[in-house]
Amino acid sequence: MRIFDPHIHMTSRTTDDYQRMAEAGVQAVVEPAFWLGQPRTNPGSFTDYFDSIIGWEPFRASQFGIKHHATIALNPKEANDPRCRPVLDLLPRYLAKDGVVAVGEIGYDSMTPAEDEVFAAQLALALDHELPALVHTPHRDKARGTQRSIDVVKESGIAPERVLLDHLNEVTVAAALEAGLWAGFSIYPDTKMSPDRMVAILREYGLDRVLVNSAADWGKSDPLLTVRTAEAMLAGGFDKDDVDRVLWRNPVEFYGQSGRLDLSDPAEAEATFAGNSILRGGS
Amino acid sequence: MTTLDELRTFLPTDFKPADVPALFPAAGRRYGRAPLTEGWTTDEAARALMLAAVPPAEVQEIYRYGDTAEKLAVLKALPLLTIGDEGVPLLEDALRTNDTRLVAAALGGPYADRLGPEAWRQAVLKCVFMGVPLNNVHRLHERADSDLGAMLRAFAHERQAAGRDMPADATALLDRLQED
Ligand SMILES: [Zn+2]
Repeated sequence: MRIFDPHIHMTSRTTDDYQRMAEAGVQAVVEPAFWLGQPRTNPGSFTDYFDSIIGWEPFRASQFGIKHHATIALNPKEANDPRCRPVLDLLPRYLAKDGVVAVGEIGYDSMTPAEDEVFAAQLALALDHELPALVHTPHRDKARGTQRSIDVVKESGIAPERVLLDHLNEVTVAAALEAGLWAGFSIYPDTKMSPDRMVAILREYGLDRVLVNSAADWGKSDPLLTVRTAEAMLAGGFDKDDVDRVLWRNPVEFYGQSGRLDLSDPAEAEATFAGNSILRGGS
Repeated sequence: MTTLDELRTFLPTDFKPADVPALFPAAGRRYGRAPLTEGWTTDEAARALMLAAVPPAEVQEIYRYGDTAEKLAVLKALPLLTIGDEGVPLLEDALRTNDTRLVAAALGGPYADRLGPEAWRQAVLKCVFMGVPLNNVHRLHERADSDLGAMLRAFAHERQAAGRDMPADATALLDRLQED
């Protein structure tokens, strides 16, 4: 079983997680830029973070044979802090990178005018840089937030099949799929979505344009819930090819639209060096 | 060592300084990553020629915002550029990382001659620590001195106490330094 987690915040995870993920079949991840729990107060904090998810984190992942790509954006929550806004001017530098496969996470948190502005500006950046977009749907007032996100996407002129609407649930999935967008589901230990509920959604809506992720981060979350969902699919009557489609081929298809997804064997690139800092305990 | 003129014969492109900031990160996608000439891939060569077209301050800016492949390309191009000592902080930045590729690149070329003896010894010891092969280090045998020997000896002692092996190339270097 090969697994591609299309949404996971590995900077918040330990090497134990990488080890367990690799052993369970996770071979590729996409790490979207998002907030860190502690709000940032200046653009420099963002650029150091972006450097980390396009530099250090892919290196760390490669030690475990996992391919790591990133998405870059100013997230909706911090879009509301005027001190963070200047980071918008720095985004084009990062959106030009080989390892960046989408603009994201963008979208709404509290649906403020500032969020409107930053969401639209970043959809325009996705068009400029010929990148897909990863849109986070708000946890509060989700149904209204999802509909408004779909409207903003339509207005932007970006092709709907180049947009992933994430953190969906039973209530919001139909609108996303009907609008021609990709539908993302975050499987969490307690909230958002469970493996069994996910299987029921796949049964009802089919496997087209559906992505499953762990969205694991610094909160209570589990990077192996993609694998648990694959197992629940098999137990629920789906076959191995269905699992491969949802948990590998679909994310490859979505992020492949960037033209920058590189799934070549990371071991080859690292083979020049006998050792590395992580497996040897750092320096 | 390759020169910029040699690279130009393989990749006859003149870069306008104004185009470099946008082209530099996209070099792999634009020019490919295949081997071009002895020790150089096409994207590395294109990036070296781009860096030659811009002032030193821009080289530093490109490094600052570079991903790993871009940073490696800057480090590789440094000895070919007329940048004087202005690239030394970039080597120091690379040596502060925990990425074996950046550490190896910082010590791998003639530009590393501009590192002072203390920084250079620490960097070599870091290679031993990280498992970066020492045959990558530029002018290792000419620069290795008794101070580096003492550092390696202390490190070997720690490894021994911990029941862990010392990398063979580090042991060989230590033996050679003790003979002198
Ligand atoms: Zn997220």
